[in-house]
Amino acid sequence: MRQTGFKNIGIVVYILLLLTPVYWLLNMSFKTNREILGGLTLWPQNFTFDNYAVIFTDPSWYNGYLNSMAYVSINVVITLLVALPAAYAFSRYKFLGDKHLFFWLLSNRMAPPAVFLLPFFQLYSSIGLFDTHIAVALAHCLFNVPLAVWILEGFMKGVPREYDEMAYIDGYSFPRFFIKVFLPMIRSGIGVTAFFAFMFSWVELLLARTLTSVDAQPIGAIMTRTIGASGIDWGVLAAAGVLTIIPGLLVIWFVRNHVTKGFALGRV
Amino acid sequence: MDKIPDNRAWWLVLPVFLLVAFSALIPLMTVVNYSVQDIFGPGQAYYVGTEWFKEVLTDERLQASLIRQFAFSGAVLLIQIPLGIGVALMMPKSGIKGSLCLILVAIPLLIPWNVVGTIWQIFARGDIGLFGWAINEIGIDYNYTGDTVDAWLTVLLMDVWHWTPLVALLCYSGLRAIPEAFYQAAEIDRASKWAVFRYIQLPRLKSVLIIAVLLRFMDSFMIYIEPFVLTGGGPGSSTTFLSQTLTTMAIGQFDLGRAAAFSLIYFLIVLLISWLFFTAITHADKEK
Repeated sequence: MRQTGFKNIGIVVYILLLLTPVYWLLNMSFKTNREILGGLTLWPQNFTFDNYAVIFTDPSWYNGYLNSMAYVSINVVITLLVALPAAYAFSRYKFLGDKHLFFWLLSNRMAPPAVFLLPFFQLYSSIGLFDTHIAVALAHCLFNVPLAVWILEGFMKGVPREYDEMAYIDGYSFPRFFIKVFLPMIRSGIGVTAFFAFMFSWVELLLARTLTSVDAQPIGAIMTRTIGASGIDWGVLAAAGVLTIIPGLLVIWFVRNHVTKGFALGRV
Repeated sequence: MDKIPDNRAWWLVLPVFLLVAFSALIPLMTVVNYSVQDIFGPGQAYYVGTEWFKEVLTDERLQASLIRQFAFSGAVLLIQIPLGIGVALMMPKSGIKGSLCLILVAIPLLIPWNVVGTIWQIFARGDIGLFGWAINEIGIDYNYTGDTVDAWLTVLLMDVWHWTPLVALLCYSGLRAIPEAFYQAAEIDRASKWAVFRYIQLPRLKSVLIIAVLLRFMDSFMIYIEPFVLTGGGPGSSTTFLSQTLTTMAIGQFDLGRAAAFSLIYFLIVLLISWLFFTAITHADKEK
């Protein structure tokens, strides 16, 4: 009993420490700049929504969120469409060069994005995709597709092959079996993979910033605007930061029951 | 599960192959191309062979940045792996408390990396940040924008805050996969808490710990945005890690040949270390 008591205290302390910096951001987002710079207050004395109002009324601000949402969604769709059949192939068949191909895919997850910065910029500029959502979505496939194949393959291995064979005996064609029988069985795996693709695309900024200038600029790049001639607009910066955390929280809530298996890349 | 040999499976892999080839192979070839040329402008490029590689390997600024990078990644692994295991052991096993813990612990992972930098930039400031203020209040002189050691520790602390949850969640999922029967057997044998951890939990965590070490090594080795926002690489170049050095070279100074050679060496180091680690682990497995 005593053991559990210690454990509970430990985890509560850890989570409190974890949340303090986030609380501080939230706290600041409801303060006026005068109060922020005037001295340290543990909660807003003059509670205000002004910082959020700035973001929601200025298109150049909220377009940043829309841009980020757009390329993240495109990325998730592309990632799932190509990764699902590939993961199936890796989990069911032995084929020429399968191991090499798998390692090559993973090696792209290891590539530092900074390495690809310049070539990406030139590649997408030369085919006229610079400053479009699709360019960022494709660039993020570099690390999301290998990860998705990895996670999905782990989930698919858990489905016995007897299901596949039974479906063929029942006269299902491969596409029909895959869509009607197989995909529903790994629903949770797909959900978790989508969550991870979303997350890694949402948090990345280096590539997203380099491949855009105006029309598809992500919110992360717009946030640097708060640094103006009169110093940093801390309140708006904090509010913008808080708003970038919310989508992730919403998405993780939907996959909370399966997310641990996803974090282990479907490997437990 | 036995896999069926069938080369037609290539048709299923083809979309992934084409997509990744487009977004990895073409850029990589561009980098290789740059690394052996000296480029003055459009149509003015000269083949220089391995000159850039020689120059990069002897560049003191890059060597310093590489050493900093190794020190940082080493510190990250030494702190985050044990801490992550500890947190995972403390998390409630199931129920609503389990779900809630899971989501709260995952929060730092869901925050865009530049915002992570921003949060700590604010939080660690002496005037408007709780952390910086508290440290100064208890009598320790702390200023991450001026002092090298403070800056370094702040970047490290930020990374521990940001990424320990990943290790914890990986281990948590590993722990959940241990059958209850194992613990019951241990109880019958009157095994101590330590024995349960050492002989049941730790061996069973091995596969997730391999993933955790690999991911944390790879990602800490390519860290860029967070320290860039927090310290800008300073004071001086004390928190300038490899990616930032490379980005400055490629985009800032547009020094294409040198940056390309540096990129390739950088990528190879990551690949080599990951491969060595992975081979060592699987090799040790076979010998058992």
